[in-house]
Amino acid sequence: MNAILAMIGRRLLMGLLTLFVISVVIFGATELLPGDLARELLGQSATEETLAALREQLGLNDPAPVRYWNWLTGVLQGDLGVSMATKKPISELVGTRLENTMFLALYAAAMSVPLSLMLGVLAALWRNSIFDRASNSLALTAISFPEFFVAYILILWLSQSGFFPSMVRITPATTFGDMLYMCFLPALTLTLVVTAHMMRMTRAAIINLLASPYIEMARLKGMAPLRVVLRHAVPNALAPIINVVALNLAYLITGVVVVEVVFVYPGLGQLMVDAVTNRDVPVVQAIALIFAAAYVLLNLIADVLSTISNPRLMHQR
Amino acid sequence: MSNLILPPGITRRGVLKGATAMAAAGLILPATMQRARAEPKKGGVFRLGIGHGSTTDTYDPGLWDQLYVQTFAAARHNYLIEIAADGTLVGEIAESWESPDGSTWIFKIREGVSFHSGKPLTVDDVIASLNHHRGDASTSAVKSYFDPVTDIKADGGNVVVTLNAPNADFPYLMSDYHLAIMPGTDGKIDVTSPDGAGGYIVESYEPGVQATLNRNPNYWKSDRAHFDQLVLLTIIDPAARLNALMTNEVDTIDQVDPASIGLLESRGVANILSISGNAHYTFPMDARMAPFSDNNVRLALKYAFDRQELVDKILAGHGSVSNDNPIGPANRYFFAGLEPKSYDPDKAKFHLKEAGMDTLEVTVSAANAAFNGAVDAAVLMSEKAAAAGITITVDRVPDDGYWDNIWLKKPFCASYWGGRPTEDQMFTTAYQGGGAWNESFWSNTRFDELLVAARSELDEAKRRAMYEEMQQLVSFEGSSIIPMYNNYVMAVSKAIATPEKIGNNWNLDGFRCVERWWMA
Amino acid sequence: MNVIVFLAAALALFFVIGVAARAAMKTLAPAADKPTFRDMPLTASFGIAVILFYVLVAVFGPLLAPFGEGEVVGAQYLPWAAPHYLGTDKLGRDMLTRLIYGARNTVGIAFATTALAFVVGSILGIWAALAGGWLDQWTSRFVDALMAIPALIFSLLLLTIFGTSVLTLILVIAAVDATRVFRLARSVAQGIVVMDYIEAARLRGESNWRLIRREILPNAMAPLVAEFGLRFCFVFLSISALSFLGLGIKPPTADWGSMVRDNATLITFGDITPLLPAGAIALLTVAVNFVVDWQLHRASGLKE
Repeated sequence: MNAILAMIGRRLLMGLLTLFVISVVIFGATELLPGDLARELLGQSATEETLAALREQLGLNDPAPVRYWNWLTGVLQGDLGVSMATKKPISELVGTRLENTMFLALYAAAMSVPLSLMLGVLAALWRNSIFDRASNSLALTAISFPEFFVAYILILWLSQSGFFPSMVRITPATTFGDMLYMCFLPALTLTLVVTAHMMRMTRAAIINLLASPYIEMARLKGMAPLRVVLRHAVPNALAPIINVVALNLAYLITGVVVVEVVFVYPGLGQLMVDAVTNRDVPVVQAIALIFAAAYVLLNLIADVLSTISNPRLMHQR
Repeated sequence: MSNLILPPGITRRGVLKGATAMAAAGLILPATMQRARAEPKKGGVFRLGIGHGSTTDTYDPGLWDQLYVQTFAAARHNYLIEIAADGTLVGEIAESWESPDGSTWIFKIREGVSFHSGKPLTVDDVIASLNHHRGDASTSAVKSYFDPVTDIKADGGNVVVTLNAPNADFPYLMSDYHLAIMPGTDGKIDVTSPDGAGGYIVESYEPGVQATLNRNPNYWKSDRAHFDQLVLLTIIDPAARLNALMTNEVDTIDQVDPASIGLLESRGVANILSISGNAHYTFPMDARMAPFSDNNVRLALKYAFDRQELVDKILAGHGSVSNDNPIGPANRYFFAGLEPKSYDPDKAKFHLKEAGMDTLEVTVSAANAAFNGAVDAAVLMSEKAAAAGITITVDRVPDDGYWDNIWLKKPFCASYWGGRPTEDQMFTTAYQGGGAWNESFWSNTRFDELLVAARSELDEAKRRAMYEEMQQLVSFEGSSIIPMYNNYVMAVSKAIATPEKIGNNWNLDGFRCVERWWMA
Repeated sequence: MNVIVFLAAALALFFVIGVAARAAMKTLAPAADKPTFRDMPLTASFGIAVILFYVLVAVFGPLLAPFGEGEVVGAQYLPWAAPHYLGTDKLGRDMLTRLIYGARNTVGIAFATTALAFVVGSILGIWAALAGGWLDQWTSRFVDALMAIPALIFSLLLLTIFGTSVLTLILVIAAVDATRVFRLARSVAQGIVVMDYIEAARLRGESNWRLIRREILPNAMAPLVAEFGLRFCFVFLSISALSFLGLGIKPPTADWGSMVRDNATLITFGDITPLLPAGAIALLTVAVNFVVDWQLHRASGLKE
């Protein structure tokens, strides 16, 4: 157990390092992008003179390393800074959006993870049956259409007939129940998008083990097929399954821009794309760090769980 | 097979044809709408879905640049002067204005108007609001409007603006959407405050998402601002906007995707308002660079594509052909007598020959950031130009950073202009030699002379003659291909009533739909 | 009602193609391979038939297509009638022609990208697992750092910086995808390197490269192959998402992803047009994954 705690500690330190690397990479990339905030704010109507005045006002004239250093020292003191464009504190800007993003991700995960694990196990159990092929084909079909296509089709079928709203509008009066109702279509879209990946990995990982001698043994003992799969195959197939689930959870938090756009959902992805196109660097940095942190933590959890599930990894040389 | 998900009896192609025919006949209002046009009545919540808006939007009037902030501003602010739906100037905060010589302009400020905060609107507030856009330290996009302004001062209840040269159209400039009148303290306006003198008071605002406004009970106009509440929503995705309208999440949307206009009409859930204005799409060519420095090459390109085809396919008929003329039919001095340019490969070849060439190869850079359908328009031009021996390679460039990397940088690219209310403003902005936004870098001595002369010419007939000559020059010697004027296309649910005449100076009834429309 | 009729027809078509393809392969295959094809499931034979069809269309596209790739042949949205069997698109280009050329461009680019991502990602991943220690830690942490940046936004940044030629498109998407493959390959390989037979091979003094090739790769193949099928279709989706942002394959080159996007608003009205290119992508994805499943099953050594 101590080994695991030590590993967690080490990985958290590593995580901090990762965050630092990401902040440098993102800052560098936004510097390489053509144009700056002043240019984007003024758009087609920019003249050199106005640009100069606006740059001065926004503090864009400092050299890049100085701006990065100012930002970094701020963050180390727990201050994410203010948005350059709106002058609002970033914590305020990002706060509600982060809640929204987490809500949608958890909603979709609560639907998709049990569903895909169940389908995956059943498909492995009844491999090559009609059920296997049908669930497989359906999941594949769902995943092979672009996200916005799936979303529009769901709106066409479920929203135009009046069952669910086609867009999400959150007001202070919105209750948790309203949220569940309004966010059903976005969550369903995401479920369709991520289920196939997890389900197929579950199925593949289990089938991969079914030829192993110990499974053969269990079967020869006369164990029921479902029991064989659940007792013997699943525990040993956990590592790849956990990994793919972690990947998809991370995707649900960080990669849902398109679904946010289609359902007009005020999440972090849309904010990040806006900030990138407008070159509002502090906001880009803050969101990149949040995404990265989510990713690092999910992966840490996945690795810890896979290590626990496979004792051999714990005693690696 | 083609009926898989389409309800029986409706085919898209048939519907589209109908839409084009309607557009050709101009704006025909459906009967239901005409009946609804009774007395405006008060009340209701107006939900407007706009295809613009970003999380970086601010209350700073110098930085407003798209439909969301423009409409939001028109809802909470008043301006010195309003452009009425019929194109005439109407006093708003300025009760009246006059000028003895065209260079000194006296605006009489309306009394009894107060801001949402309760503070009465004074001459000082007006001066502070105008000064925000003026001077070296100003960060306003319309700073250049104030370059000729030498002085702004108070004179009792009047504001006196002095110019360094006469400008007969100066009041039109004062109606610009940037020049909102905001409360001033010590000669400065607070660019982080939503306080204004307009018909609605901001209740909440989340940039890039939504704004909620309530009617200003003390609004000085009694016949305006009919809704109890406004909800302005940013819905960037065109299909999402359509869906929102069709599922009754919003009452009105702007920028309806041309491909879906006919289908939307056939569903009967909304009325289409297709308003022809002065907005137009352009393809500027850098007149300083070969081969575009030769006017024959420019003319060859102007004859090498089918303008009507672009109007039909890019705008689905919701627009009209432009004869490389940035002055639109809604302008006062529009020159309808220009010799039209049709698709004529032989004429294009003739001009190429004049330029000493048999074939021509050019690259056009386009992105849909320039205008919706810019890439498709370039592809269509390229297809048609082949018959004239002209190879146009279409380089689709990223939307991101388009105005920075491509526009004013690449020799041949796509661009757009929302119509300017006056000829002078349009020409000065984009066609005067050496102008900051002269996107084609075209410079013509005669044109520049006429521009200055027409600005201060007070004789109507002489002025018209000058502007017509200028339009002739831009069309046949200029360096911008202007294939079409695009209509402002909005879809309005049957729950909303609109006035007889819809403003065509800007989209959404000149941004004023929020205070001019009402619940049916 | 229409939907049911359509599904029934599709299912019937699926059986016909599957059976016919299996029979054809059985006849044509060399004697030694005949049993393999005789026992193959219908899904697999259907998959192979579809893939072959796509490959043929892609290779002979210019010969099959009735019109030029970017040729404007008439008015927009013409109905489905000769000579435009699938009508025309919004610019008046022949839909069938665009679909055929799309096969060539889209499938070619997607395949090149996926293959590149897999070669780079899996070799590096297995190598990291095998090497272990700080080398493994540092490479995986670096890959983690890259993966922590959302793929779409990362590709957008890279493409805006490096330009949008087909080559950069392939390299950028492959680079972003390779990080995902790396992670999977490493985690699978980690389970393998602790096996006794690897220990034994190491004691025999086998080189790392040989270990990867002879011992680990064959044992890690199953999950990797499964992943390949999905990654292949993710590449289609990435390209279509990038087209949406104005960074995908440049016009007038036909590409299924952008064809879906171009006609997306029509979905709201239940129109069929966007379904054609989307369906073309979906059919290929399903077919590829059917074949992958079959191979997976054979590799698992299960007899039933």
